[in-house]
This record gives sequence, structure tokens and C-alpha cells, in this order.
Amino acid sequence: MTPFTQHTGIVATLDRANVDTDAIIPKQFLKSIKRIGYGPNAFFDWRYGPDGTPDAGFELNQPRFEGRSILVTRNNFGCGSSREHAVWALAQDGYRVVIAPWKEINGERLQGFADIFRSNAVKNGLLTIELAEADVDAIFDLVKHHPGLTATADLPSQTVTFHADAQQPVFAFRIDPGIKDKLQRGLDDIAQTLAYAADIDRFETTHDLWLHPPA
Amino acid sequence: MGKTLFEKIWDAHVVRQLPDGTALLYIDRHLVHEVTSPQAFEGMRLAGRTLRRPELAFATMDHNVPTTEDRLNIEDPISRAQVDALQANCDAFGIKLFGLGDARQGIVHVIGPELGLTLPGLTIVCGDSHTSTHGAFGALAFGIGTSEVEHVLATQTLIQEKPGTYHIEFTGRLAPHISAKDMVLKMIGLMGTAGGAGHVLEYGGDAVRRLSMENRMTICNMSIEAGARAGMIAPDETTFDYITQQKRPYAPRGKDLERALAYWRTLPSDDDAAFDRTLTVDAARIAPQVTWGTNPGMVMDIDQPVPGPDTADGYSRSDVENALAYMGLTPGTRLTDVAVDVVFIGSCTNSRIEDLRQAAAILEGRKKANHVQLLVVPGSHAVREQAEAEGLDRIFKAAGAEWRYAGCSMCLGMNPDQLRPRQRSASTSNRNFEGRQGKGGRTHLVSPEMAAAAAVAGKFVDIRTWSST
Ligand code: SF4
Repeated sequence: MTPFTQHTGIVATLDRANVDTDAIIPKQFLKSIKRIGYGPNAFFDWRYGPDGTPDAGFELNQPRFEGRSILVTRNNFGCGSSREHAVWALAQDGYRVVIAPWKEINGERLQGFADIFRSNAVKNGLLTIELAEADVDAIFDLVKHHPGLTATADLPSQTVTFHADAQQPVFAFRIDPGIKDKLQRGLDDIAQTLAYAADIDRFETTHDLWLHPPA
Repeated sequence: MGKTLFEKIWDAHVVRQLPDGTALLYIDRHLVHEVTSPQAFEGMRLAGRTLRRPELAFATMDHNVPTTEDRLNIEDPISRAQVDALQANCDAFGIKLFGLGDARQGIVHVIGPELGLTLPGLTIVCGDSHTSTHGAFGALAFGIGTSEVEHVLATQTLIQEKPGTYHIEFTGRLAPHISAKDMVLKMIGLMGTAGGAGHVLEYGGDAVRRLSMENRMTICNMSIEAGARAGMIAPDETTFDYITQQKRPYAPRGKDLERALAYWRTLPSDDDAAFDRTLTVDAARIAPQVTWGTNPGMVMDIDQPVPGPDTADGYSRSDVENALAYMGLTPGTRLTDVAVDVVFIGSCTNSRIEDLRQAAAILEGRKKANHVQLLVVPGSHAVREQAEAEGLDRIFKAAGAEWRYAGCSMCLGMNPDQLRPRQRSASTSNRNFEGRQGKGGRTHLVSPEMAAAAAVAGKFVDIRTWSST
């Protein structure tokens, strides 16, 4: 996995909540048995018109977002199916960072990202940053008023800085220390877990065997 | 303080607490299907890794398979390649496969319980978000991504953050014609599609205890649509009867069963166990539910008007406008005035024998409207055979339905069963996302009875007051 420490790139916005993984990568592209080739098909149904050419009405197709690598969107991004293809598509389409807001409704905090999407993202070096809704609103506003706006996401300091002329607004984000470490070192989970093989062996000697199916 | 059902299962599967606060969790059953596994097997090969416990993995083909008589000939070469890849991978890695043509083939979440692979107290994973279905047995079951599929193949474990707990209580008695599907759609409407994120839901209350296993599976199945990691229902006599009263080849028997039952009876949440969140829903007041928008939380009672940007709670103006434009609806419309083109009865939410019985009870002696295409797709080959033994297939065919073979079918439009652009469906499946059933298709999620009635009426109806001759 590509390690992630710091990334600077152009910021693009997608002003929709509950963007599901069917929208990120429609099912017809799930038939591949490969791990690559998904990039051009990210957001396919929104991105291309019936004739297969880019749909100018789709937010991310605006020329000002050309070369973007940081996506700012709304709450509950990546909900729906468990398909890791959604993360592969975003990463292969050039995104390194996705920013979404958590939301508070009736005193309860709703996540910016769906659980499985977030966990798939870590495994592919895609940084998901959750910010407060007011911060994300402010970022949408910045992008609107600064064509070609760039930002720097810095994992060690857990900040994302927007390079808007004189202003340089900085937003701090929280991240699980384990996930941070994994991203920074680009660690392969499986190699790490295999180092615990002795623990798994020991666990299997006492774990109730009748729970296992007949041989 | 006591423990919840979830905590008991979690604690029994922690191999090791990891330094960063996550846990290495042992996985008892790994279900595999053709769409999310090929890249995992490829990863294993590239790294030269072997399967730790091949006997704990079970595979089937469901997403890509045609559901027509000639289903063994998959015409789409890419679908075919994926199905062939699963066959080859199972052969190479020694995994039990219930392939196309096998009497045990079916949707992965339908065959797991049928075969006795799904049991209380287990940890069960699958590269598919609707793995939450299996929680109906009091198992901890959740969907994983392809990297995690590979992780389980190689290590029989997963690294997991411990989720929070969320108790959903359904009190009272359901009104006639109201089903588990209505219960869970109502709940998602209240919670929103992100309401359960980071949590495992445990469903309880009288209305849940009275449900059959099939109906409990319908509820747990859709836990993911509320964003939850998993959904669970404590095992009870209904659960034990399901496991022991029919031939379930992989369920314990004899002495093993006695030990298992003794353990399973200890699983329900303790009286003094605490949950991080709770929600109570009055089941007696649930009306037939139907979705109006493009996610399962955009749902309403059938006798309500379609909401508008100012009346849809919890959604921004543009979300509602986008959804209504996609669905071709205007605020204030009554869905009982809206015609349907296709009715789909199937998917891992509602394709079990009880779902088919409920649909058949509505269709018996009636005919679908001329302009409607009606698809009835059993969830597994075993369900298909049982339905035929009960004569349900004859009712469906007499009503003008296409009686199909097992598979995901029109739930996701990855196989030949798809909506065409602008076609409107009444569907018993679980997702009404844009394009889910076919590009441009407009999906309304409903219960099996509501779907069957819509097929006859040619439009949505309120099943409580509907009568047709
Ligand atoms: S029936 Fe639908 S939701 Fe269920 S496993 Fe198949 S595609 Fe997924």
C-alpha cells in the first residue's frame, strides 16, 4: 500500500449527502476480476451522458476541478454496498483525500463516512477526514470563491490547510492512532496479523470446536 | 453490570487486544461470492499465502447468475469469467462451493441459514454488506471489503474497532398485513441512513419475538441501510426450532447440539446490560411503508403524500430535489395514483419461503395488470423446491408472473434482469439507490404483500384497505 504522510492538491466539491457506493462505481464495473482499471468509471452514471461523453452538468466535470485530488462532500459518504471497488475507483481516479462532515441530529452524532467504506479506504491509502458541518460549509464556500483552490492534508499534524490567497484556513481533524500509523507506514494488515500467528493458534485450541462445521 | 448479546459474542472471539485499541477478532464462518472475492484470491497468490482454515469458508454464485431456465449458459462473457474465476479459486484453495446447478445454490444470505452454517454465537463475515442478515440467529455477522476478505482467508481473523451498541425495541402488535419489511423501513425512516453507523443494532420487544426466522432475517438484512455495522436478535425457541426441525447439514447434532443449545441459551443480553443508544418504535402504529426517494431512509406511509423540499425531514433541499427529479415525482402526489411497470419479488431481503407465501396469498385467484412485468425469484434453489412442493409456483404462474431460478436477479441489475431507464418498480429488495436496479430505473421498496398487490392493481395500493375481485 502507498504510505500517506502529506498530500497537496486541487480541491473539488460534490454537494450531495448519502453518496452511495452504487453511485461511486455502478455494478456493471464490478464484473472485473482485476484490481485496476476502475478510475475512469468513478461516478459513471453522473459523469457521462447517454452518448458516453462527459456530462457538463455534473459538478465534478467542471474545468476548474481539472487535476483534483481532494474531494469535499457531504455526510454519510460511501454508504450502501461493501464493494471495495468504490475506493479503488476513487484512488485510481486520482483522489488521495476525501473530506466529509459529521452531523448532529437530536444530540446524536452521525458519521461523515459509512463504516465499511472508511475501513476499505485505509487499506488503500485513501485518507478520509471527518470535520464539523460548519467547517465543511466553510470549505464549500472557499472552493466556490477560489477557482483552482489547493489544500495540503498533513497526517502527522492532523491538519488540512487551504491555500486561498491571503487566508490560509487550517482545520484540525481527529484520526484513530492505529489508522494513522497504518497510513503513514503503508502497512499491510495481513503481514501484521500473521505476526500474531501464535496467538491465533492458541485461541483455536480453546475456541469451542463444536461451533465448527463437520469436516 | 451485565453484558449485551453483542458483547458476549465479541468477548468470546477476541484473539488479542492490539496496542492501538482495536481487537484481533476470530472469524467462525466466511461466506464467499463471485463479485468481491477474485481480487482477494489474486492477492493471496501474489503474496504466496495459503488459506488458514479452508473448511470454514463456503462459496456460492448469486450476483451474476441469470435466473431463467437456460441459466447455466451465461452469455455475458465478463459475468461468465467471474463465475469461472470463483470455481477455479475454490478448486485451487480447497473451498466448498455451492455452484450453479447445485441443489444448494442460492443467494449467499439465504443459503447460509438454510444449510445450518449460520448459528447463534458465531462470528460470520462475507464480502457483502447484507451479511447483517445472519444476525437474526444471534450471530455477529457483518459485511467486509475485499482486502478484509483476503485478510480472513489468510488469517481467519479480522482487525476490528469495537462498535457501539444500539437497542431497538418494537413494542405492541403489528396490524394485519403489516410485515417485518414495514418495521425495518419505518425504523430507517426514523433513524436515517447514517443513524446506525458505528453501531451494532439489537432488535427486541414483543413484535420482534413474535416474528418467524424468515421475518427476523428481513429486519436484520436491512440494518446496513440504517448504516449499522450489524443487526442482531437474541436466539430463542423460534431460532432453535428453525435450526433443529429441518435438515440443516452443517448444524450440530446429538451431543454437540445439546452443548450448543446450552450455550446458546446464555447468549441473550442480560437484564442489567446497558446500550449506548436506544430507540423505541410502536409496532402497532406502523402503516405499510413505501420509499419515495433514492435511499431507504426516504420512506413514508402509503397513505401520505410525497414530501417536498420543505417537508422532508433530515434532508437538504437539493437532496430532495435531486431525489424527486430522479424518481419523476412531484411533492403532494399520492403513490396510490402512481402506476408501476415492474414488480420484483425477491432478493436476500424477501425471497424466503414465508415471503413467497405472503405474496402468493395476495396473488391467489388474481391476475397481474396487463402492463406490469411480474418477477418472482426465490432466494435459493431449496426455496424454489419448497415453493413448488406447496404449489406456490402454480399461483404465481396463473397470476401471470415469471417464476424464476435462484439469484440476486433484479436486486442489483448485474445480471440480465434489469429495469430500463424510467421504468418504475415496486420491489421487495433493499436499495432504491439511483441506478441500482438498472440505469435510470426508479425503485420503490415495499413488502412482499404490497408488491404483489401493486402487480394486480398496476399501481401502488394501501394493502390494508385494498380489495380486488
Ligand atoms: S440479493 Fe441484492 S442485496 Fe442481497 S446479496 Fe444479492 S445483490 Fe446483494
